[in-house]
Amino acid sequence: MANEAENQNHTIAVLVENKFGVLARIAGLFSGRGFNIDSLSVGETLDPTISRMTIVTKGDAAIIEQVIKQLHKLIDVIKVIDLTGEDYVDRELVLLKVNAEPAVRAEVLRIADIFRAKVVDVTPTTYTLEATGDQKKIEAIIELLKPYGIQELVRTGKVAIARGSKAIRKRDEEKIRGVREQKVVGFYD
Amino acid sequence: MKLTGAKIFVESLLREGVNVIFGLPGGAVLSIYDTLYDSSIKHILVRHEQAAAHAADGYARATGKVGVSLVTSGPGATNTVTGVASAYMDSIPIVVFTGQVPTPLIGNDAFQEADIVGMTRPCTKHSYLVKDIRDLARTIKEAFHIASTGRPGPVLVDLPKDVILSETVFHYPDKVSLRSYNPTYEGHTGQINKAAKAILKAKRPIIYVGGGVIRSGASAELLELAELTKIPVTTTLMGLGAFPGQHPLSLGMLGMHGAWYTNTAVTHSDLIIAVGARFDDRVTGKIDEFAPEALIIHIDIDPSAISKNVQVDIPIVGDAKNVLIKLNQELAEATDQTWKEAREHWLRQIKVWKEKHPLRYDWDNNVIKPQYVVEEISRLTNGEAIIATGVGQNQMWTAQFYHFKRPGTFLTSGGLGAMGYGFPAAMGAQAAFPDKLVIDIDGDGSFQMMVQELATVVEYNLPVKVAILNNQHLGMVRQWQELFFKERYSQVNLSVSPDYVKLAEAYGAVGLRATRPEEVTPVLMEAFSTPRPVVIDFQVDPMECVFPMVPAGAGIKDMLLEKPKKEEKKLKAVK
Repeated sequence: MANEAENQNHTIAVLVENKFGVLARIAGLFSGRGFNIDSLSVGETLDPTISRMTIVTKGDAAIIEQVIKQLHKLIDVIKVIDLTGEDYVDRELVLLKVNAEPAVRAEVLRIADIFRAKVVDVTPTTYTLEATGDQKKIEAIIELLKPYGIQELVRTGKVAIARGSKAIRKRDEEKIRGVREQKVVGFYD
Repeated sequence: MKLTGAKIFVESLLREGVNVIFGLPGGAVLSIYDTLYDSSIKHILVRHEQAAAHAADGYARATGKVGVSLVTSGPGATNTVTGVASAYMDSIPIVVFTGQVPTPLIGNDAFQEADIVGMTRPCTKHSYLVKDIRDLARTIKEAFHIASTGRPGPVLVDLPKDVILSETVFHYPDKVSLRSYNPTYEGHTGQINKAAKAILKAKRPIIYVGGGVIRSGASAELLELAELTKIPVTTTLMGLGAFPGQHPLSLGMLGMHGAWYTNTAVTHSDLIIAVGARFDDRVTGKIDEFAPEALIIHIDIDPSAISKNVQVDIPIVGDAKNVLIKLNQELAEATDQTWKEAREHWLRQIKVWKEKHPLRYDWDNNVIKPQYVVEEISRLTNGEAIIATGVGQNQMWTAQFYHFKRPGTFLTSGGLGAMGYGFPAAMGAQAAFPDKLVIDIDGDGSFQMMVQELATVVEYNLPVKVAILNNQHLGMVRQWQELFFKERYSQVNLSVSPDYVKLAEAYGAVGLRATRPEEVTPVLMEAFSTPRPVVIDFQVDPMECVFPMVPAGAGIKDMLLEKPKKEEKKLKAVK
């Protein structure tokens, strides 16, 4: 039970000021406080002064509560949303350089096809494939291509967005109200 | 009209009401020092930059205002790190301005370059590298705002040399608006109501107070709460002064070196009302054994302090003063008075515990006991002086035996435990209050870490009194080696030390010494009536230990009250 709780992955969306040094603050927070960080991806939002991060972290409920509170405490952090336990879509992109000797070229292509991966570069002996999907799908394509020899592989880390019509800020506000009435009062601003 | 960055810097400090800063110049900040030359801001030239940060911290604790220090790039900046880290751990509002090499040279390993923003990121509340002169005024405004609001803390502003040399039109913003920073000041009404109900129901409640009450200025409200509900109050090291030490409801300090009766009361309590405290490991001891029967109310402005170490039942995020005002209102209106009988019983029980094991020490006719020195200082100053300490035994004895009356009169490096803090902090407080009696109760080890500041106090005639409890050891480490490492005293002997009287005199201060108990009072009185800096060498019992104490890893109820008897040890050996 405890073990299960400890191993739970959480996907956290963080809106931050798009300033230099912010990534260092976030990364430093995780390392300095001994929190796990499985993946982190970051990019600009529609508003160029704001960046959005998707952080995948591990921990029991108490640790995740601290992660979220500590993130909030950073001056440059605008919003923190734990998407875990909600309905959300997550995707990761992977680029794979796979051996494709004449004898196996067709097979590699067939696997790529099954996963709707695209060939983005081709040489007489290799294919470079681009695949997107949730983590399970990415793991699966990697496993299936391993026997042919993966020369190089690069993953973006997970990005995630909640399902439904509401934007992150609105959802956050509703969540605050909910949270205030239940447990951790005044948790957000 | 355009102003240089240096002028903007000075103008901005004036707008923030800064009248004294602590610093030490260098190449990267020459133009600021040139501007300070004809400014009304008083600059106190320290002899080591760590002292500049500690002095700003002492100034901030004593006044409640933001303390400011100014140092050069590279080593000037890195020397402040201990002071910044200490202010961070204790939530003290200071702003540290550091010089930086010119922006085109940043990252080139230039002379006296250090990535001070990077180095201090984990020990500042926030930090800035000002890359554009147009951002300077706004950045300074934000720095003071962030340092002093919410849960206060140190902010570092790094100023590249070319930025402070360039010019722009000066406009100082009136207000700060940061979409990502809006501390919660008002407590949630429903939660306050819940807390009030829990308080009325409790039979064995305790109020546990930390430095947050001092930072928030909530001492009067705390006193009201305690007297209204007859709940005894214990404070952390950082909370000393928040509640009058001689008040009948005062339980003094809790935790590792708290009183036995205090820890016992906490252990038996059924309700803990934590205000502006953070359940530090020095307070809780073994966490499972900390107040095992108690419901916990936690009032704190920092949500991340809540349920970090101890699971909280009724969290209230908000400013201590605001929350206590509302809580007191609710309690004052309550008609339920059934708690009174139970409270009488609880207070009687605590009185019994107080009489069973009070804070005490063994008197000696021939050797000065360090606790006696502290007691005498407390008596002679009537608890009204501003007291700073070093770190270790001197700090704990001061916490135990000085009866603080008011907030802002106790300056100590609580969280970080930075030896050397006391003397420069006292200097900072004295700079704020030239006419008040400011005393640094220090250890010989701690004092020597910042002893060069004797020159500073003499130069500016800051009449700080340094009472060295000279036991010729790194006393707290020696104590642990005595109790837990079979008296194998490894690297704790400081018997090769300067003659402190001569040392004081060499710097132009007054040096005094006491070697026997009967000399303590006259020497103190002489020091207090001397309007100059004084160093007093109290040659105290080198083998004295701080008791009671909670051994590492134990619950706070399992205290050592005194040294294990020698005879007992021998008997065990024979068997």
